[in-house]
Amino acid sequence: MEQLLQQVASGLANGAIYACLALALVMIFVSTDHINFAQGELSMFSAYLVWQLMQWGANFWVALPIVALLSFLIGVTVERVILRPLHSAPVLSIVVVFIGLLAIFHSLAGAIWGHTIKDFPSPFPNIVFAGSGYIGPHQIGMILMTIVLLVALFSFFRFTPLGLAMRAAAQNPASARLAGIRVDWMLALGWGLAAAIGAVAGSLVAPAVYLEPNMMASILLYGFAGALVGGIASPGGAVVGGFIVGVLENLIAYFGNLLEKSTGVYVIGNGEKLTVALIIVITVLTLKPSGLFGHVTVKRV
Amino acid sequence: MVALLEVEGLKAFYGQTQALHGVSFSLEPGGITTLLGANGAGKTTTLRAICNMVRTQGSIHFDGRPIAGLATEEIVRCGVGHVPEGRGTFTNLSVDENLRVASYTRSDKAAAERDREMVYEYFPILKARLGQQAGTLSGGEQQMLAISRALMLGPRLMLLDEPSFGLAPLIVQEIFRIMRRINAEAKVGMLLVEQNAALALELAGHAYVLETGRIVMSGKASDVKSNEAIRKSYLGY
Amino acid sequence: MATTATTASSPVTAAARAAGHKWWIWLMVAGLALLPLLGGKTGFISNYGFLQLSLMIVYAIAVLGLILLTGFNGQISLGHGAFFAVGAYTSAVLIDQASWPYWATLPVAAIVCFLVGYIFGMPALRLEGHYLALATFALAVAVPQFLKYRHFEWFTNGVQGINIFKPDPPFGLPLSADQWMYLIVLFVAVLMFWIARNLLDSRTGRAMMAIRDHSMAASTMGVNVAHYKTVVFGISALFTGVAGALHAIIFEFVAPDSFRFELSIAILVGAVVGGIASLPGAVIGGIFVQVIEKYADALTKKLTTAVSLPLDLEPWTIYGIALILLMYIMPMGIAGGLAVLWRKLRGS
Repeated sequence: MEQLLQQVASGLANGAIYACLALALVMIFVSTDHINFAQGELSMFSAYLVWQLMQWGANFWVALPIVALLSFLIGVTVERVILRPLHSAPVLSIVVVFIGLLAIFHSLAGAIWGHTIKDFPSPFPNIVFAGSGYIGPHQIGMILMTIVLLVALFSFFRFTPLGLAMRAAAQNPASARLAGIRVDWMLALGWGLAAAIGAVAGSLVAPAVYLEPNMMASILLYGFAGALVGGIASPGGAVVGGFIVGVLENLIAYFGNLLEKSTGVYVIGNGEKLTVALIIVITVLTLKPSGLFGHVTVKRV
Repeated sequence: MVALLEVEGLKAFYGQTQALHGVSFSLEPGGITTLLGANGAGKTTTLRAICNMVRTQGSIHFDGRPIAGLATEEIVRCGVGHVPEGRGTFTNLSVDENLRVASYTRSDKAAAERDREMVYEYFPILKARLGQQAGTLSGGEQQMLAISRALMLGPRLMLLDEPSFGLAPLIVQEIFRIMRRINAEAKVGMLLVEQNAALALELAGHAYVLETGRIVMSGKASDVKSNEAIRKSYLGY
Repeated sequence: MATTATTASSPVTAAARAAGHKWWIWLMVAGLALLPLLGGKTGFISNYGFLQLSLMIVYAIAVLGLILLTGFNGQISLGHGAFFAVGAYTSAVLIDQASWPYWATLPVAAIVCFLVGYIFGMPALRLEGHYLALATFALAVAVPQFLKYRHFEWFTNGVQGINIFKPDPPFGLPLSADQWMYLIVLFVAVLMFWIARNLLDSRTGRAMMAIRDHSMAASTMGVNVAHYKTVVFGISALFTGVAGALHAIIFEFVAPDSFRFELSIAILVGAVVGGIASLPGAVIGGIFVQVIEKYADALTKKLTTAVSLPLDLEPWTIYGIALILLMYIMPMGIAGGLAVLWRKLRGS
């Protein structure tokens, strides 16, 4: 029982990261109809920036906002300079550009900082408390930070004029223009925000999985799975989906291990988590592409 | 007095197809002008062209200022409120949010508040439905909302694209009554595109008739209305 | 998406063009086939050189598989590394565990990959554009882990991979193993490209391209879209799988980590650089992938010393920049760019 709780708790902690990534993915998808395949590498790059600032003596909580702002600017620049000119190009071209961005950010990180694993200390104090047996301080930190981030974003979109303008631009660009909203800049802002969220996600997960250029590749896949499960067009759904995937992958591995212990038969375990994510992705895309909370859009001929 | 809107030699294209072949007209401030014609004549295209929503050639001056080639949102910020075909409702936002979106560009918050009150006065039903999701409003209510969104911009010119479309006659009458009031009280000029020529000619002061992308007739609304030959050949009644 | 590869024309001119094309292609192939004689004897091309040439041709076949699916049928795949891996493992396992002769493993790899592709094509039927990209992306990322699955270990040998040996030339021919494999690879490549050309010129090819251009219109005209899309997935996987099998034989080694996401990207880059809807483009793409793989280090060293950059650029940086630049300047790849140039020169 204790182990099960541990798995659920750790699943929630991982799920928090997936939720952040899923949210970033959904933000870009809802406003531009594109899937940001480079989201993982951008997050990883931001995590390296935080690490570098810490190497130069900055405190994590100082470095993180600075890098979040930097990442925001990088996101805005990428959207305006690289993606905007191609907005009417065929889907394949756009997918190719995303892969290009993925490749550039991935290799830049490797080129600047090398491929050896870097130690990224947890910013959360290592205090012992009731329940320490189930969940560590960093994991609690991941969940709390994610919740804070989500609440902040939710408030921004719900209650501020700019947030409202961004939502309007994403939902109905034509009508938004007729309301005088500069839709192109709203899209760029959406990108900036997604990059900033990714920076936070990457920096939170780095202490747990060690900082190296390949860090985010599989995590991105879980992020995709989370976004799809929740609904690729639904920000709230994506967040829930991220948590679901986090817990689900741990539970599946847990029950697989249990099965192995009791019957000696190994079906599935920790080594198959990516395959599980793949199966989730394919299943959702095949059966209900709009996810749990999304709605079906009718395609006009 | 500078014309509110001056259009000269306006051509418009959908891809390779040319939809307007050099349309020229001008609107005086404060009046209501209507664009009439059969389906496909280019009425909606003209409104879209004014807001640069389609590819255009030719010159457009709003209040003496050239606007051809500006981005749609910039043209809107100059004072042009476009109520589009199909209403353009933000279906997933509430009624209140729909109105707030429209006042996003207003720097004078007090004036925006006054306009909000004005909207409630013209369309009390919207005030009653503030929290409701806009996509669930009836057709007539969405049309009122669309007009309100345009009003909340504080425009000097309103472009209305087929406001009667798909609405029951009683609702249409009410909306047209309110449009007359808006024109008189808020001093907003209107360019009205309507399939329902009879209705439009009741409201408007001046009329242009379009056929396959060209203006074929222009005159006082009362003259057009009483000209049986014009009515039969271009307006179908 | 416009294509440079096939244009509508009357049957007479098409035949005349085909006949005209044929002779200089066959001349080139003959020249390539004679290389071991000319080059090998004089030591002009080393064994290592033949290995490089073989790899270029292998990647060309892999890229060919991808462009059949993407350029000619409109289905995006970010996961072709998976089919490459299946082909490679099929060959390696048959050679290592069942002592099959290398050449017999190729048809088996082809069939297995066709089935895998066809099966993957079924759920992929309902996906388009970025959704399909996402599904294939997931496939590519999951492949290494999938290959390490414990229950497969009895034949995959798990993380350690499988070692096999290049065959010696038969009948005591005076060629080195590398030269012999070069000829085999060349032969298979010519065969595959010939099949691809005929496929594209056939009714099936026209149906494929109709689906790419407007699948709804195609289905109203009686084209069984679902059938074609899954079959093309299978065919595409077959081609890339055969490339994988050849690669395993030449490289003499397969392991799960040889088939990471990077491989799928490399094949995609080859397709995009060469020309997404062009058969000659596949050849250009294959050469590009191998050249970058091998010489990116040297190239970046030259660049960094020339421009005194403080970083080492990696092959991936070049891939990334190439991909983005091409989408701006030459979305139809080098072959597309050349075709445009050719048309301009001929004044048509």
